[in-house]
Amino acid sequence: MNCNCGGTAESTKDAALATMLAEYREKPGALIPVLQGAQAIYGYLPETVLAQIAAALHLPLSHVFGVVTFYTQFHLQPRGRHIIRVCLGTACHVRGGAAIFTALQQHLDVNDGETTEDQRFTLESVACIGACGLAPVITINDDTFGRLTPEQLPEILARYA
Amino acid sequence: MGEITKGTVQEQARRIFICAGSGCISSGSRQVADKLQQALDEAGLNQTVPITMTGCHGFCEQGPIVVIAPDDVFYCRVQPEDAVTLVEQHLVQGQLVESLLYRDSQTGERAKSAHDIGFYAKQQRIVLRNCGTIDPEQIDDYLAREGYQGLARALTMTPEAVIEEVKRSGLRGRGGAGFPTGLKWSFAAGAPGEKKYLVCNGDEGDPGAFMDRSLLEGDPHSVIEGMVIAAYAIGAQAGYAYIRAEYPLAIQRMQIAIDQARARGYLGESVMGTDFAFDLQIKAGAGAFVCGEETALLASIEGERGMPRVRPPYPAIKGLWGYPTNINNVETFGSVPYILRAGADAYAAVGTEKSKGTKVFALTGKVKNTGLVEVPMGLSLREIVFGIGEGIQQDRPFKAVQIGGPSGGCLPAALLDVPVDYDSLIAAGAMMGSGGLVVLDDTTCMVDLARFFLSFTQRESCGKCTPCREGTKRMLEILERITQGEGSMDDIIALERLAGVIKSTSLCGLGQTAPNPVLTTLRYFREEYEAHILEERCPAGVCKALTKFAIVPDKCVGCTACARVCPIHCISGAPKKVHTIDRSRCIGCGQCAGKCRFAAVVRA
Repeated sequence: MNCNCGGTAESTKDAALATMLAEYREKPGALIPVLQGAQAIYGYLPETVLAQIAAALHLPLSHVFGVVTFYTQFHLQPRGRHIIRVCLGTACHVRGGAAIFTALQQHLDVNDGETTEDQRFTLESVACIGACGLAPVITINDDTFGRLTPEQLPEILARYA
Repeated sequence: MGEITKGTVQEQARRIFICAGSGCISSGSRQVADKLQQALDEAGLNQTVPITMTGCHGFCEQGPIVVIAPDDVFYCRVQPEDAVTLVEQHLVQGQLVESLLYRDSQTGERAKSAHDIGFYAKQQRIVLRNCGTIDPEQIDDYLAREGYQGLARALTMTPEAVIEEVKRSGLRGRGGAGFPTGLKWSFAAGAPGEKKYLVCNGDEGDPGAFMDRSLLEGDPHSVIEGMVIAAYAIGAQAGYAYIRAEYPLAIQRMQIAIDQARARGYLGESVMGTDFAFDLQIKAGAGAFVCGEETALLASIEGERGMPRVRPPYPAIKGLWGYPTNINNVETFGSVPYILRAGADAYAAVGTEKSKGTKVFALTGKVKNTGLVEVPMGLSLREIVFGIGEGIQQDRPFKAVQIGGPSGGCLPAALLDVPVDYDSLIAAGAMMGSGGLVVLDDTTCMVDLARFFLSFTQRESCGKCTPCREGTKRMLEILERITQGEGSMDDIIALERLAGVIKSTSLCGLGQTAPNPVLTTLRYFREEYEAHILEERCPAGVCKALTKFAIVPDKCVGCTACARVCPIHCISGAPKKVHTIDRSRCIGCGQCAGKCRFAAVVRA
């Protein structure tokens, strides 16, 4: 859901944000869908964007910030081109999910929630992605990889430039 | 076996069903579909044998799953390169492809169809009846399977009679707590309000659970039909389906289904030509486990932080934007069409006295057959784990089953014959929860598992009430101390006291049930805690700080594999000579044991 295409000019993104804000301005409960939409446009939620959203929805910026930081989906920092989510849910926990996570940490040299220096990957641990039958599981963007062993990881990562 | 039904009538009915649930997609079912289509094109069968992409068959372990009608031959772990063989051998020559049939782990026999497989034989599919047999993106497939007939019947009844029917069916909330659904509806129906809302709780956050995901992906119309029936019963005009953002495919298929239902008049200004109006929209969650709690979920729909509030007033009286609101879980709504179509008596004939109908479980962990199973209430854990699940992987010893996710508990082998119903599970210290069922073997450390769940609930605690915010943190610290080998027996007393306070004083269900995994492991596996504390030993060999390795001299051949992999170089020995591990420096990472091909490295 996080498009990090990077190819769109800033002005196009700003125009897309303005269109969306106009559409949601009078709708009740608009804040979360607007934040989701804004993050899809920019790849993360820059402070200036939060200020625009707050103004358009007639909310204090502090309120918007409170909601953004409450939910794990929202990000205040730029993220990598590819998002790796490592499931550490119960089924993956008992089938070696932690070993997969450690291997990825070492391979990419980042910690949970961090992005590699070349902006290629962001590594995240998640509580469950609901593919427990295939544990241990990771997702990269919208692709799911199951029944993993640490040895398979380098080859899988190589597919994402 | 070996022969497949032939003849023109059946050949007309030939159809390939390919599972497009999240599990099978990640196992490569889309690539299988592409190759099958290609093979059909080449064999000139593309006009006569259609491919249908279905929802989850439940047997994710064996994916990608391909079923070929009319005989419903069940092929599993199908790879793209098998496509040509399937088309040539099965469709053209009329012979089964034996190598792709499911092989029973006990008898070694091949099974031709799903009915012949132990995993399916003991299941009773009411909610999941369409999952795997229809294309979830085609409303006509749903209509062909008696779809929206429950709604049609409901609309001929008064709303009161619909509620009465659901009450009589004995249906209880499938989200976990098990509150009687009909009674819940009657509260919202009776509440005064110019507007009323209906909400479907699809914020399936329990780690180890994917029932709602599979139902939304595999048969979204059944959930919509259940919601429309409920809306009619309580008098709601607008509804929301709140679905986790982590389930993009479920959101996509639900949106397609809503659009189709609206186009066909099952949603909108005039539902099925009556003057009853109801419409529905999706709200995507934003990643917060606590939003599974109903008042937190409502706050999230309103665009606020998803924090629960004190009940009463219950949402039935004062819910979304202050209006009466009825909230049910995905599976609860999925059960409703059958009750209205077949009648309350047919539904109530399944299950136990106080827990009617069926329950869908996500059977995972160290069990041979993992996947989604639907069983009548009251079946024993033994029948689920050893019957449907066919026992433990590699035939290791069964240790426990974790039921109900972070709110539930761990039940030991001695309780395998407990019937799975709401009340028996509560009595055993666990709870039904949303339906995660994780099987554990002797390589799972129960203290570490309790720590795992506490770290989850601690992280997901919204922070509004003190017992949950501070209490879970303190419990987690104690559990971490014990798994590090630094615990004392006083810690167990402190854990039990904290658990009692958190359970009785937390604001919402998250905090009230958070101590359950600790309490049940203390109740049934106390000796493991004691081994960690008194003997500084982790019996399962999971807790790294308490695990050291040693080499059995008789088995070591001196291949040097262990010494080369050791990250801290604490293994010494010349090539072809017995190696030794310096116990004082060993960090217990276990990489040496993983490399040794002679089983010479053991925990010590």
